Amino acid sequence: MAERKPIKGITTEKTENLIAETLAAMPEKAAKKRAPHLGANEPTSSTCAVKSNKKVVPGVMSQRGCAYAGAKGVVWGPIRDMIHVSHGPVGCGVYSWGTRRNLMQGIPGVTSFPMDFTSDFQERDIVYGGDLKLEKLLKEADELFPLNKGMSILSECPVGLIGDDINAVAKKMENELDKLVVPCNCEGFRGVSQSLGHHISNDSIRDHIIGKFKFKEEAGPYDVALIGDYNIGGDVWAAKPILEEIGLNVKSVWTGDGEVEKIGATHSVKLNLIHCYRSMNYMCKVMEEKWDIPWLEYNFFGPTKIEESLRAIGELFDDKIRKNVEKVIKKYKPVMKEVTDEYKPRLEGKTAMLFVGGLRPRHTIGAYEDLGIQITGAGYEFAHQDDYDRTAPEMAKGTLIYDDVSEFELERFVEELKPDLVGSGIKEKYVFQKAGIPFRQMHSWDYSGPYHGYEGFKIFARDIDMAINSPTWDLVKSPF
Amino acid sequence: MSAAEAAVKFVTETPVEEIERVKEWINTEEYKEKNFERTALVVNPAHACQPLGAQMVATGFEGALPFIHGSQGCASYFRSTFSRHYREPAAATCDAMTEDGAVFGGQNNLFEGLQNAYALYKPKMIPIFTTCMPEVIGDDLTAFSKNAKLQGYIPEDLPTPYANTPSFNGSHIHGYDAMLRSILQTVTEGQKVEGKCTGKLNIIPGFDGNVGNLREYKRILELMGIPYTMLADVSDVFDSGCDGEYKLYPGGTKMEDAAESINGKATISMQKYSSVTTMKWIESEYDGEKAILPLPFGVKKTDEMLLKLSELFDKPIPEELKAERARAVDAMTDAQQYLHGLKFAIAGDPDYLLGIVSFLLEMGARPWHILCSRSTKKFQKEMQALLDTSVFGEGCSIYINKDLWHMRSLLVTDPVAGIIGDTHAKWAARDAKIPLFRIGFPIIDRVNLHRTPVVGYNGAISMLTMLANKFLDIKDETCEDQWFEMMR
Repeated sequence: MAERKPIKGITTEKTENLIAETLAAMPEKAAKKRAPHLGANEPTSSTCAVKSNKKVVPGVMSQRGCAYAGAKGVVWGPIRDMIHVSHGPVGCGVYSWGTRRNLMQGIPGVTSFPMDFTSDFQERDIVYGGDLKLEKLLKEADELFPLNKGMSILSECPVGLIGDDINAVAKKMENELDKLVVPCNCEGFRGVSQSLGHHISNDSIRDHIIGKFKFKEEAGPYDVALIGDYNIGGDVWAAKPILEEIGLNVKSVWTGDGEVEKIGATHSVKLNLIHCYRSMNYMCKVMEEKWDIPWLEYNFFGPTKIEESLRAIGELFDDKIRKNVEKVIKKYKPVMKEVTDEYKPRLEGKTAMLFVGGLRPRHTIGAYEDLGIQITGAGYEFAHQDDYDRTAPEMAKGTLIYDDVSEFELERFVEELKPDLVGSGIKEKYVFQKAGIPFRQMHSWDYSGPYHGYEGFKIFARDIDMAINSPTWDLVKSPF
Repeated sequence: MSAAEAAVKFVTETPVEEIERVKEWINTEEYKEKNFERTALVVNPAHACQPLGAQMVATGFEGALPFIHGSQGCASYFRSTFSRHYREPAAATCDAMTEDGAVFGGQNNLFEGLQNAYALYKPKMIPIFTTCMPEVIGDDLTAFSKNAKLQGYIPEDLPTPYANTPSFNGSHIHGYDAMLRSILQTVTEGQKVEGKCTGKLNIIPGFDGNVGNLREYKRILELMGIPYTMLADVSDVFDSGCDGEYKLYPGGTKMEDAAESINGKATISMQKYSSVTTMKWIESEYDGEKAILPLPFGVKKTDEMLLKLSELFDKPIPEELKAERARAVDAMTDAQQYLHGLKFAIAGDPDYLLGIVSFLLEMGARPWHILCSRSTKKFQKEMQALLDTSVFGEGCSIYINKDLWHMRSLLVTDPVAGIIGDTHAKWAARDAKIPLFRIGFPIIDRVNLHRTPVVGYNGAISMLTMLANKFLDIKDETCEDQWFEMMR
């Protein structure tokens, strides 16, 4: 991969000074803890020097969530035909209900369950334990929603603290109801971020679901699974058709608009294609070890990355697929050119800073670059070392890399680098908009989308243009 | 074939007939009964947890930085919820307790958290409240925050009121109540001066996601010439302007005013159920008169509020408010025909429900299904008494400790014209093919509704406009050609 051209006004020294000056405002201990998480990018280094996956420094405004959020919001929630029980007090379920935009097909309450199921723990449940309530709850849920294909139990903080045994309850109820009942010990206090929730969820899918089902139809040479796409704003529905157009059969999707039995039969595919590496690499590795299924990371943001990815996918198949890949690329080239012709003249030379979850700060860079936008800073809420190693080559030398950046730090960085756009989450959105800086909410596509695939790029380009070039920004400074 | 292989099942597809059967079945009386029989499962609750309410209060004082003692994830959820509803920043810090905190207690997290929060964000006050985790392990906030000061993590004189807000008790309105009482206790300590009276009114808006309502109270008080202090005033905090500069503390009740509130001439709460313990405490500690008023939805409840204010401050009702009242009544008589006799379903917090029901009864509409996700028999009685004041309350039902999946059953078996509630009710509304009128918290799928007041006479006109015009829209959108008319 070609190294990025340096960005005007950005040097390693300047970036390091900015970091030092920002840290200087913190108490010594906090500054010492935060320092390893901030750095100037070295694209040629084999490992990114920025440290990650460490505890949040108490008292700073971190944007991180918890293990439960990773389990319910990311991995389990999007499986459409299961009932996902938020086991514990009412809040966690309410806040995570419908707020990640993982769209799903089906009839709500009949064949799909985009709802909030909770045991709404009361004090007595804390005192006496919630196992019996959970048993009863599962029976009630199964009776009222008979077409569910299984249930997941996602434990909230108190469940783990009082020592309830959801695993035993799940086992018992699985027999009694003759349905999949999967426990997931994803209490929010576990680990340091959402990330552990993904891992725990993957482990419970490994232990309880994968390998338990098989497809009726014969396995074919072009069977693949789409791993780590959660159908935010319809992303899966934009990505899947491309794979099908090049001749692959997408047998299951993890987990956006996912169906649990198909997920359980994934071990028969020929290749796993992984989008969100952070949340699902564990499962790809398991399937590789146990069933010898190779896996490939791909990126469907923006035409450059789509083409790169399609060709890489084609390489793993035969001539037929490779020919199809070229056909598809050729077919969409003019469509994509139309998009860039329209938007690039207004966006060329702009800069953006990104801070999102576990893959977008690196995956979307190509799409910005397709529009002529350079990325001056990127970082993650809950990434690990391997994510940063994958990010460094995508960024120009000296650009800012920040892990679990606090609002205090990010504000300071934005103030100094003055990007034309910040792409981050809901909690940051209005902070920057008040300061008159265009913003797109990149966890949820700001209620737009899809952003994946060819279809998504059109929408992405429109949205970025709309954000940066909205005339409303001209009104911010009053004439008096 | 081995046993393990045999255990592998084929991927199944649910037969279309079976889907059709269940689709119809969930709309039946039989299903409704089964649905109402459940005791353990809660589906689509219409309430959130205590700390969310605590954060609202903690945000409402000038320079106050809400501090969540407990898990990082909770803090993220509360902040996101406020940001989604208000489309505003929602600053709050957290001491990010993890496994070791669960084992050793959260004192060290609190120390470090307070130190960092104070150094970085320079607050005038740090209200602290808990999530489930420290509540389950029994962290002692009194001792912890005292120790934090003794050991120099934060200045001795920094106010650090705290509230225990376990999520496994009550709901967001109770967290609101607990945190407000604690803040008032802290800031008024030693401020009471015998015989001194500021001449001001203390007004507590209660858990109200509508910043327009808060501004409307202030406008009314200004029109009446009553000096006031709004306690936990989030109107500017959660409705700040965009002028090119982000301010961490935009507005809020001034600390001096909050401290002086104990010497106020009178204290009123606009929401009974979200200020129970606060008002009890104020009753015993504050000078001046105290009153709990009904949320002023519709004309009668606004009348009640104005009469009370007039009485407390010996001020006449200004001509302008009289004119507003007349305009509201005019609007209501003009448009009553569009709502008269229509049945409504309502879900929300107790005080909101009482207010909305009062307004509907005034319009001659019928608050047919009234559902409160977490409440008490006492509330049920009060609501029944309100229904009993009108013939339009006849046959209406109150459901406490029921959720929006119960509401769905009610809507499909005993249909109504529309449902009033927060965004969460949109699923039930869609299934019942009726409009949802978004009043309450959170409203995360429409813009600006939180800025449009629904209290007072003007609020009554807003609500009426929202309701009546929607039904007219529906008529225009759905009627056959021969019934499509110029006038409605």
